[in-house]
Amino acid sequence: CRTQQGWTRPGSAAMSSGGTLSILRSDSYAELSQYRDQHFRGTRYDQERLLRKSCTLYVGNLSFYTTEEQIHELFGKSGDIKKVIMGLDKVKKTACGFCFVEYYARGDAENAMRYINGTRLDDRIIRTDWDAGFKEGRQYGRGRSGGQVRDEYRQDYDAGRGGYGKIVQCQ
Amino acid sequence: MSRRRHSDDSDAGQPHKRRRTSEPSEIEERLESLICRVGEKSNSSLESNLEGLAGVLEADLPNYKSKILRILCTVARLLPEKLTVYTTLVGLLNARNYNFGGEFVEAMIRQLKECLKVNMYNEAVHLVRFLSDLVNCHVIAAPSMVAMFENFVSVTQEEDVPQVRCDWYMFAFLSSLPWVGKELYEKKDAEMDRLLSQTESYLKRRQKIHVPMLQVWTADKPHPQEEYLDCLWSQIQKLKKDRWQERHILRPYLAFDSVLCEALQHNLPPFTPPPHTEDSVYPMPRVIFRMFDYTDDPEGPVMPGSHSVERFVIEENLHCIIKSHWKERKTCAAQLLSYPGNNKIPLNYHIVEVIFAELFQLPSPPHIEVMYTTLLIELCKLQPGSLPQVLAQATEMLYMRLDTMNTTCVDRFINWFSHHLSNFQFRWSWEDWSDCLTQDLEKPKPKFVREVLEKCMRKFDLMKHPEGADNIKIERCLIIPFITGCKYKPKHKRSLPGYTVALCLTIAIKNKASNDEIFSILKDVPNPNQDDDDGEGFSFNPLKIEVFVQTLLHLAAKSFSHSFSALAKFHEVFKTLAESDEGKLHVLRVVYEVWKNHPQMIAVLVDKMIRTQIVDCAAVANWIFSSELAHDFTRFYIWEILHSTIRKMNKHVLKIHKELEETKARLARQHKRRDSDDDDDDDDRSTDREDGPLEEQIERLQEKVESAQSEQKNLFLVIFQRFIMLLTEHLVRCETGGIDVFTPWYKSCIERLQQIFLQHHQIIQQYMVTLENLLFTAELDHHILAVFQQFCALQA
Repeated sequence: CRTQQGWTRPGSAAMSSGGTLSILRSDSYAELSQYRDQHFRGTRYDQERLLRKSCTLYVGNLSFYTTEEQIHELFGKSGDIKKVIMGLDKVKKTACGFCFVEYYARGDAENAMRYINGTRLDDRIIRTDWDAGFKEGRQYGRGRSGGQVRDEYRQDYDAGRGGYGKIVQCQ
Repeated sequence: MSRRRHSDDSDAGQPHKRRRTSEPSEIEERLESLICRVGEKSNSSLESNLEGLAGVLEADLPNYKSKILRILCTVARLLPEKLTVYTTLVGLLNARNYNFGGEFVEAMIRQLKECLKVNMYNEAVHLVRFLSDLVNCHVIAAPSMVAMFENFVSVTQEEDVPQVRCDWYMFAFLSSLPWVGKELYEKKDAEMDRLLSQTESYLKRRQKIHVPMLQVWTADKPHPQEEYLDCLWSQIQKLKKDRWQERHILRPYLAFDSVLCEALQHNLPPFTPPPHTEDSVYPMPRVIFRMFDYTDDPEGPVMPGSHSVERFVIEENLHCIIKSHWKERKTCAAQLLSYPGNNKIPLNYHIVEVIFAELFQLPSPPHIEVMYTTLLIELCKLQPGSLPQVLAQATEMLYMRLDTMNTTCVDRFINWFSHHLSNFQFRWSWEDWSDCLTQDLEKPKPKFVREVLEKCMRKFDLMKHPEGADNIKIERCLIIPFITGCKYKPKHKRSLPGYTVALCLTIAIKNKASNDEIFSILKDVPNPNQDDDDGEGFSFNPLKIEVFVQTLLHLAAKSFSHSFSALAKFHEVFKTLAESDEGKLHVLRVVYEVWKNHPQMIAVLVDKMIRTQIVDCAAVANWIFSSELAHDFTRFYIWEILHSTIRKMNKHVLKIHKELEETKARLARQHKRRDSDDDDDDDDRSTDREDGPLEEQIERLQEKVESAQSEQKNLFLVIFQRFIMLLTEHLVRCETGGIDVFTPWYKSCIERLQQIFLQHHQIIQQYMVTLENLLFTAELDHHILAVFQQFCALQA
C-alpha cells in the first residue's frame, strides 16, 4: 500500500468537520506591508489584487556590490527562481542596492517572505516585500541623482551603498 | 471575566452599525480566542483562568453549544502541546453539565472516524491521546478506554494487512500511556498486562528491514538510532517498572480533583477500527534521532534518558509546537523557549536536538529546510548567552560523526551550516578542523569542509570583504588544493579545430546577428562524424556544438542574466544543434567543460535548458552518469542538479494532469448547464458542436498526460539502470581484486541511490511493479537489491 511521511504537511490541517484555528492561520511575515508603489498605474484595488497573487518580491537594503549570483543562491533556498532583475542607477546603470526576485510559484515567494526576509545577505539585513510585478522602467532608482530615494537623504555613512547620502556628499 | 453582550437595539435607527448577520461569526471568533489563549499573558494562575473560562462557556452553552463543541474538538486535534489544559477544561464542563460531556465525547469519536477515513493519522493520534487523558479528568470511564485500546491492539491480529496499519494502532495505544497508563493500570491491571504482552509479541515479530534507510547515522555509538516503536516500547516498559510514575507532564486537573471526582463519567461507545482499504495511506515508519545525553550538559539540569517517558513527552510537545507555529518564526522560537519545566530540563539541548531531528529526518523534513536555519537564528537572538554555545557544540558533534552520517543528511548539514555562517560573518573555529587538510578529499570530513566553503563562497566574495577572509583563515589553506583556478574563469580552448569559426561567431554575436546568420557561419564547421552527415548539416555534429556553445557562453559569462539572454536569443540554434539525444548530451558536456569551476552556473544553465526544452530530463540523467563527470560524481551540486531535474519532471506531470482535470470539469459543467436548460429546442447537432472543442482538448490533454507520465517513468528507469551498472561494476571489481567493497565512494553512491527512492517515494511507488520485474530482480547483487527491499519495506 502507499505510505505518507510521519509528520503530515501543514496544508492538511483544515478538515471538513472542524476547520482550523485562527491562531494557527497567522502568517504575518507573508502579509502585505503598508507600502504601496505610488507609481503604480491602476486602482488601489487592482494593485492589492496583484500583490496578493504575485510571485515577485522586491528586495531592499542590498549592498551595491551584491551580485545576481549571491541573490540567486540565497533566494533559491525557498524555491526555483524564474528571474532576478537587478535594480540600477538610472544615470550610471550600475547596481544601486535593490532587486526583484520572481519565483515560478507563489508558495515559494511566501517562504522567502517568511524565512529570508530580515536575514543577512552579504552581511546586511535585507528586506523583502511583495511587488505587483516587474514592468520595464521599474528597475531604475527614483532618486534625483539616479539611485534610490533613501540614498538621497540619509546622513549616515554606508560603505556598501556609496558612502554618505547624496545630500551629505554635495555639501 | 466579563463579556460585553450585544444589545438588542443596536441597530435601531442607526444604519451604520453592524448588522446582526455578522454577529455569530464575531462571537465564534471571541469564543475561539478565549479558548485558544487560556492561561496566556495572565497574572492569575492557569487553574483560576480555567475555572473562569469554564464558567463563561457553561453560561454560553444554551446559545452556542455547537460552536463550543466544534472549537474544543478542533483544539484537541490541532493543539496537542496544550492537551492537558483542554482536557481539564472539558472535565470542568462535564462536571457542570453531564450532557455536554457526553455530546463532546460523541463529537470526538465522529471526528476520529473522519480523520482515519481521510488518512489524517497524526491528528488521529492527538485525538486518541486527548480521549485517554479525559479518563484522568473523570469524563471517560477507564474500562471503556481499555476496551478501545483492546480493539486497537487486536488490529495486529488482522491478516493480509500492511504492517504500517498495525504500527499506527500500536503507536496510538502506546503513545497515550504516558498520560493515562497509571489510571488504566490501577483500574484494569489484568487487561493492561494482557495488552502489553500482546504488544511485546507484535513488536518482536514485526519486520524492520526499513530501519537502515531511515537512520541519520549508521553507527550505534554514542547513541543508537532506534526504530520509533522499539524506542517507545522501551520507554513504556521503563514507565511500568517505575509503577507508572510520571512527573513531567503538567496536569492542571490535579488541582480540581475534588470537583472532578464528583462528576459522572461517560462510556466510550465501542470503537471498531475502520477496515483497511485500497485508499488507505498510513504513516511511514520513523527512526528516533538522538544526539545528546546527560553528559553533554554537565553544569545544567539532567537530561532525561533516551528510554525515559519524559524524553518522549518533551520531544512530542516540542515537535507539536513547531508544527503549530512554523509560519511565524518569532512566535515559534518564543513558544519553544517558554516550554514549561525550563529549569528542570536542559531545554536548549532538547530544542536543538528536536530541530536537527526534523532537519535531518528521512525521507524529508516536515518543513522547508530554510525554516530551520531562520528558526535557529531567532532562538539565538532570544537566548544569546546560551543557545549559540549549544549550537556550536552540536555542530562540532555532527562534524565528528560525519563518517557514519547518511549522505542526504550531510547535504542538509552543509546547506544549514553555510547559510547559518553567512548570518554571522562566517565566524567559526576553523583551525579546529585543520586535521582534514591532510586527509584524502573523498573522506567525509574534508569533503564536508570543501562543500561548505564552496557554498560560503557563493554567498560571499572574499575580494570584497577582507575581514570576512580573516574569519575564514583556514580557507586560504583549503581553497588552493580544493578549488583550482581563480574565481570562475571559463575555459577557452584555443587549440580547437573550429577556432576560426569561433572568431567569426564572436564578431557576429557582438554585432547582434540573427539565428539564421549563426546557422550560415556554423555550416562551415566540418563534422568529425562524416558518414553520419546527411548532407543538410543537421545531424549530430559535436564540433559545431562545441564551437557555438563555448563561444556563446564565454561572451555571456558576465552574469546569470547575460547567459539566460544568450540562451533565449539563440534558442533556435540550440534546439537544432541539440535535436538528437547525442546532441543534447554533448551540449551538456560542453557547458560543463566551460563552467566546471562554477557549479552554481552549471546548475542554473541546466535548469534553463530544461525549461526551454533545449535538453530533456533523460539527457541530464545520462550526462550525470557519464564518464566525463566521474570526477565530480560525488560532489553535492551534481545531486542538487539531478534532484532538481526530477522535481521539474514531476511538477510537469502534475501540471498537465491538473489541466486535464480542469478541462474535464468544464465539460461536465457545460453538460450540467445544458441539462438544466432542457426546455429549449433540442438540436442534437448544436450540442455536439458545443462539446466538440472541449472534447478535442481533453483528448489532446490525455495524450499529453500519457506521454508526460511515460517520460517520467523513463527518467526513473534511466537513473536506476545507470546506478545499477555503476554499482555492479564497482562490486565486481572489488570482488575480483579482493578489496573491501565499502570505500567512501561506494558509501556515497549507494546512499545516493537510496536518496532517489526516498526523495521521490510517492512517484516511485507507482512504478514498483516495473522496477521489480525489469531492474531489481533476484539476479542483482544483494548489496544493491537490499536498497530496493528496504524501500519496499517502508510501505509493507
